[in-house]
Amino acid sequence: MSAPAEKVLAYDDAVTRYEPVIGLETHVELGTATKMFCGCPTAFGAEPNTAVCPVCLGLPGSLPVTNRRAIEYTIRIGLALNCTIATWCRFARKNYFYPDMPKDFQISQYDEPLCTDGYLNVRVGDDLVRIGIERVHLEEDTGKSLHVGGATGRIHGADYSLVDYNRAGIPLVEVVTKPVPGTGPLAPEVARAYVTELRELLRSLGVSDVRMEEGSLRCDVNTSIGLPKAAWGTRTETKNVNSLRSVERAVRSEIQRQAAVLDGGGRVVQETRHFQEASGTTTSGRSKEEAQDYRYFPEPDLVPVAPPAAWVDELRAALPELPAARRVRLQAEWGLSDADMAALRNAGALDLVEQTVAAGTTPADARKWWLGELARRANEAGADLAALPVTPAQVARVTALVTAGTLNDKLARQVLDLVLAGEGEPDDIVAARGLAVVSDDGALAVAVDEAIAANPDIAAKIRDGKAAAAGALVGAVMKATRGQADAGRARELILERLS
Amino acid sequence: MAQSELTRLTAAQVAAAVAGGQVSAAEVTQAHLDRIEAVEPAVHAFLHVASEQALAAARAVDERRAAGQPLGPLAGVPLALKDVFTTTDMPTTCGSRILAGWQPPYDATVTRRLRRAGAVLLGKTNMDEFAMGSSTENSAFGPSHNPWDLSRVPGGSSGGSAAAVAAYEAPLAMGTDTGGSIRQPGAVCGIVGVKPTYGGSSRYGLVAFASSLDTPGPLARTVLDAALLHEAISGHDPCDSTSVDAPVPPVVAAARHADVSGLRVGVVAELGGEGYQPGVLARFGEAVDLLESLGAKVTEVSCPHFRYALPAYYLIAPSECSSNLARFDAMRYGLRTGDDGTASAEEVMSLTRAAGFGPEVKRRIILGTYALSSGYYDAYYGKAQQVRTLICRDFDAAFEQVDVLVSPTTPTTAFPIGERADDPMAMYLADLCTIPSDLAGNAALSVPCGLAPEDGLPVGLQVMAPALGDDRMYRVGAAVEAALEQRWGGPLLARAAQIGPAEGIGR
Repeated sequence: MSAPAEKVLAYDDAVTRYEPVIGLETHVELGTATKMFCGCPTAFGAEPNTAVCPVCLGLPGSLPVTNRRAIEYTIRIGLALNCTIATWCRFARKNYFYPDMPKDFQISQYDEPLCTDGYLNVRVGDDLVRIGIERVHLEEDTGKSLHVGGATGRIHGADYSLVDYNRAGIPLVEVVTKPVPGTGPLAPEVARAYVTELRELLRSLGVSDVRMEEGSLRCDVNTSIGLPKAAWGTRTETKNVNSLRSVERAVRSEIQRQAAVLDGGGRVVQETRHFQEASGTTTSGRSKEEAQDYRYFPEPDLVPVAPPAAWVDELRAALPELPAARRVRLQAEWGLSDADMAALRNAGALDLVEQTVAAGTTPADARKWWLGELARRANEAGADLAALPVTPAQVARVTALVTAGTLNDKLARQVLDLVLAGEGEPDDIVAARGLAVVSDDGALAVAVDEAIAANPDIAAKIRDGKAAAAGALVGAVMKATRGQADAGRARELILERLS
Repeated sequence: MAQSELTRLTAAQVAAAVAGGQVSAAEVTQAHLDRIEAVEPAVHAFLHVASEQALAAARAVDERRAAGQPLGPLAGVPLALKDVFTTTDMPTTCGSRILAGWQPPYDATVTRRLRRAGAVLLGKTNMDEFAMGSSTENSAFGPSHNPWDLSRVPGGSSGGSAAAVAAYEAPLAMGTDTGGSIRQPGAVCGIVGVKPTYGGSSRYGLVAFASSLDTPGPLARTVLDAALLHEAISGHDPCDSTSVDAPVPPVVAAARHADVSGLRVGVVAELGGEGYQPGVLARFGEAVDLLESLGAKVTEVSCPHFRYALPAYYLIAPSECSSNLARFDAMRYGLRTGDDGTASAEEVMSLTRAAGFGPEVKRRIILGTYALSSGYYDAYYGKAQQVRTLICRDFDAAFEQVDVLVSPTTPTTAFPIGERADDPMAMYLADLCTIPSDLAGNAALSVPCGLAPEDGLPVGLQVMAPALGDDRMYRVGAAVEAALEQRWGGPLLARAAQIGPAEGIGR
């Protein structure tokens, strides 16, 4: 779309003059085996329109039946977010026409959500910010439209559209925050930190694979700005925010855009906006003036949900250790500074390091490999650390081989390279490639003697008592053995012969 | 047995004769197909007749019997299915142009259970479009005719099913009742029509009109036959969340236990009097006297909020239908209009719905859309739900005093085709007495109680029972039926004009 670029105010000026208020609505596809109201599988990536049945296609006469596991997951999310769990609530129909919605209404929750009134603490720098949670409710996902032709990828202007109903009916949880005022210039970072923390929380609960790039976690970002101590401004809702970085950028760019509007004497229009990944800015969507009347009413095809208190207590008792508590524990166990811990978390290495440590590696070694060599490889591949084809167990084995003296760091890097290249387990690679450190004196002695013979000047210096010069001969030995020599032992042998 | 005799048999008789080998299911089925062919031009009860599938199903029953395999309770009994239940081997249109020719990929639970019970599905019957109406005049495929008087309506919305049973085209038919759509056509066609307790029979595969009201139920010529069909379709269905997970009330046993001595019967004060046809009130009064003479203890009971039932119903049912019928959007199945390559999806939806829905369906969608709109919800839908609660309480209070409640099933006998077609309010009044039980979700039955003297047309007695007390109303229905048939010297339907080639079509 070639809409004229909207004016923006420099960020620092914007947050000096105006006080932002943010709010986030996060949709999470639950990782249940089957859909919300039928028995179809939820697996991502199936051939279009193969994971469908009369119910999720909304065929005439079909009826929904609630997935108990989805209710359970939602309650667990609510409990982890410190929410009150409803003792009785209902689903509601949200009515609007759209081709990717098989029934032309969505089964959702309206004024009776399953979980209400909780919070999530997030850390931004040294600040702990409490984000209020308004509600957590359960609904069904829609199908997925693909608009072909036209410039915008949206239905308007498309030549034709394709709809895949595999996604229709996948259980979707919506987590809605209360408005978050008072974060000032940190608002974009707070937004990002919240989604990051929420994602970790959801992952720790095992209720979703929380993959933003596959859409199993999707964010709508509400932003408004107002003069300090004045009433809050009009908010916009930015959709299509599909990465953590985008969350931050979307808030930032909306603050700048709205500030320019207000500075220019205009007023912010309450509207839906779309985040543009390429430019990092938002563009206008439909305004609330054309907003739909969804005609919510209680879903008559379903009976109310009334989770027994004993069940909720059971679920509460069975909650796993949550990410914040876990981080505190690991930081203490590993003896890390706040900055080290933050680096580990930002690199997405926390789980990997923990699993590597669990496999017998020291925390320091595990950190060294994941944040060093492997982080570099991930960066080169443009992939997440966790997506590298190497397991914590393999990393642990490599570090164990280093500790045992079988490998040195250089060889260890070679072994990891081969693991990443899919050549198998570290031990097999070492055996197959003959990559073990050469430390038996017979083989080393030959290389040492050759090095001495080839470098008579250096040998003479060492004989004269300049032991530091031995380094050059060790280098020659290492070169001759293609790095496989035990450098310490080589040095010993050199000094023995030239003493 | 002659073919004409086979079509006069009750379902219970057919089942016994097939099981006993006196007659083959194929013969019975062929007799009914012949009857259908003979009278359909006059009655138009069916939208689709599945002769081949029916004969195949019948032969399968005969083969099972020949092989000594166990037979279902309705084995070999021909049955007509309202065209609102999905069927994999027949179209399902709901009487609407928007679904013309749609063949569902799945069977309704009712369809499945009937097949399993051995019933022979003859075809799909006519109905008011999406079950909205009381005459079948709202069918996109033309009205059905009342076998008692072909110039009159057979009631609705299950009018095709009622007409088929009354015209001996099938001993049994399935209907659905949302505001009276089984009982009212049953009453005006002089047969038995039953609305089971809501949730007693599964709605899975019943194309929804109003989800919180829709109830599948039987139409039959005898109370026992209705009970047999009632039992065959009932019981918990995990595919329907609102289906009741409780034992099926012993309706067949009750239909065989035609005894009302000591039973407390309440006459609903609010359902009668002004606006009711005198002949209807006269026959109803006689039926009440009859019950008393049979040993029932009759009292009058007041249900003060019943007067608000009709307006509450005409907010709740349209509200639900406005949402339920949204899916007919031309995208996945059914009619598609205006898709010329330039129209947007939205325009195609709009054009299709304009062309595919009839006026009554549009009226109700608009009513319901309005009632659910932001700013009007509380005053309309919300208020109507409150009234619904009050009606439930009226029933609760009444059932503390009496075992069953009785009233006329309809305020009038069958009206002439066309008479109310342009007067929706007059049409809506046909369901005045039946709507309260739908709103409360309890059970109700209509059994013939005579002919109105002024027009010689059938009158129905409605018997209402508490939720899951379906067996009670069968006891009452069976007792009334037995006593009246004794008085009349045969079933009421025997007094209907004969239709068919032998007798000449019409009165």
